[in-house]
Amino acid sequence: MSSYSVTEPSGRQKWFAGILVVVYAVITLLPLLWIIGTGFKSPEDAIAYPPKMVFQPTVEGYVNLFTTRTRVPEDQLKALGEPATWYDKLVRKEGVVITGASRFAERFCNSVIIGFGSTVLCITLGTAAAYAFSRFKVPLKDDLLFFILSTRMMPPIAVAIPIFLMFRSLGLSDTHAGMILLYTAVNLSLSVWLLKGFIDEIPIEYEEAALIDGYTRFQAFYKVVLPQAVTGIASTAIFCLIFAWNEYAFAVLLTSGNAQTAPPFIPTIIGVSGQDWPAVAAGATIFLVPVMVFTILLRKHLLRGITFGAVRK
Amino acid sequence: MLHSPIDRVASATPPAIAARIRGLSDRAIAWLFVAPSIVLLLAINIFPLIWTIRLSFTNFRVNRPNAPIEFVGLRNYINILSDSDIWQSMQATAHFLIWTIVLQVLIGFSLAYLINKKFRGNDLWTTIIVLPMMLSPAVVGNFWTFLYQPQIGLFNYVVGFLTGNDPSSFSMIASTSLAPWAIVIVDTWMWTPFVMLICLAGLRSIPNSIYEAAECDRASKWRQFWTITIPLVLPFLMLAVLFRGIENFKMFDLVVQLTGGGPGSITELTSVNLKRAAFEQWRTGYASAYAVILFVTVFGLASIYVKALNKVKQR
Repeated sequence: MSSYSVTEPSGRQKWFAGILVVVYAVITLLPLLWIIGTGFKSPEDAIAYPPKMVFQPTVEGYVNLFTTRTRVPEDQLKALGEPATWYDKLVRKEGVVITGASRFAERFCNSVIIGFGSTVLCITLGTAAAYAFSRFKVPLKDDLLFFILSTRMMPPIAVAIPIFLMFRSLGLSDTHAGMILLYTAVNLSLSVWLLKGFIDEIPIEYEEAALIDGYTRFQAFYKVVLPQAVTGIASTAIFCLIFAWNEYAFAVLLTSGNAQTAPPFIPTIIGVSGQDWPAVAAGATIFLVPVMVFTILLRKHLLRGITFGAVRK
Repeated sequence: MLHSPIDRVASATPPAIAARIRGLSDRAIAWLFVAPSIVLLLAINIFPLIWTIRLSFTNFRVNRPNAPIEFVGLRNYINILSDSDIWQSMQATAHFLIWTIVLQVLIGFSLAYLINKKFRGNDLWTTIIVLPMMLSPAVVGNFWTFLYQPQIGLFNYVVGFLTGNDPSSFSMIASTSLAPWAIVIVDTWMWTPFVMLICLAGLRSIPNSIYEAAECDRASKWRQFWTITIPLVLPFLMLAVLFRGIENFKMFDLVVQLTGGGPGSITELTSVNLKRAAFEQWRTGYASAYAVILFVTVFGLASIYVKALNKVKQR
């Protein structure tokens, strides 16, 4: 390449572009940092005016998130004596004592079980289907692929009523198995389309060589194609996980307690006086951090994942 | 009869390999691999959809399972199309769609254009900008109600600080004139990066040689932008609009947590409205008809749009 190019932006242009983008990035980041920061504030600091940038960090929000608190009358409080535990000490203001565990841990576990369960199922079904679509002459291939994609266009509420009825009669409502099946179906289109793109990129010659060496189709699939597709499978899995992790509409409409995930729970965290913002922020932080880490890891495949492989970088 | 050695080899080889490729035929494997996915999608997507269509012609109510189910023909559809509340939520949805798409395309494209200047560290900043769209809309929406609090909320404070207004004098989510903008702002914050990423892919797909040729022809930068950059990015941009349009038409989680459809029903988008009919008023038949209308609308609009998109692509 020559040192001079008409398409290479000048130094000044780069500088100007850089500054504008950084300003936008900082504006974007501000609400996120505010969530994380609020999680470490005391309830008074969280609702201080003007909003506090510098504050004394505390884990009270996290304690409030994982526990249930009750207000106790003054005399009873005195009878209880000194707070026994450090976390009780943290919330022993305004006559509040810890009475037990909140349901956050349980809901979070549900998110993990349903998220991972549906991801494993989705990847298993998706890889098989994607391989078949990529390598074989499947009758009505284009129609089937479009059909799979079109299932994504349906508003969740539009099918929620019959799914609600169906799950009720099958005994699947408010169960982990039911939600895993549902989220698998929701994410299957993404999984098939994305994996098909990844498998299309693996040269077919590898399998042909394996077949000539005496492998069966099946052996060629799992000994040759699968190891080659492993990066694609991993990033598809993370996308399925993130979608299931963040899903709210089905979770709030079809579950009531047993299998409810964290997104419907976090907004319902109420303190002694209205919404307990530090606890909400603590819950949001715990819930958002894995996704943020995955986003950073996924940088390279991000575009593909969010556009179902329709656009490649 | 085969006599020459070459003929014998030629005829012997294929069966030998075929015999070693044991097990299922390709056709059987293809079916075996595709079938589970199709069956699951039929069971959890198509079957419910057909059920919804069937329910839409009845007066069934989920909370009254023992009441006789009557076939009411098109009455649900007629009721919906003559209901002013529903037209109002259609209008709210249209307003939301138009503004989010306009803002996200303008800001997203500008950002992509700037990032394409390849300044130092642009990868890091791009990753930061992309973060919001990976987060849970419900959780984020809930937290934004905090940022929108008059006085104590960060958003109000910053806006108050910048404009010189008293931050406690306005509430984004409690005022009928500001609430629609409150959801537009959060949606734009979350999804502009999506448009940006697609535009960036579009910009990077334009070969430098086209600009070099234009430079030789002494085309101005402005002219290059309008005759090269824009037309070549347009198909990407249209794809981004399609994805955003479909997603925002279904918009539910963010709005429910942010404004809950209020104040009054000013931000009650169609999904929220539908949820109220189906899961609060339990008018199942009526809600099913509503769902069918929404589905036909989104499917119809998307199909027309995809046709236009394909035309642009072929140009």
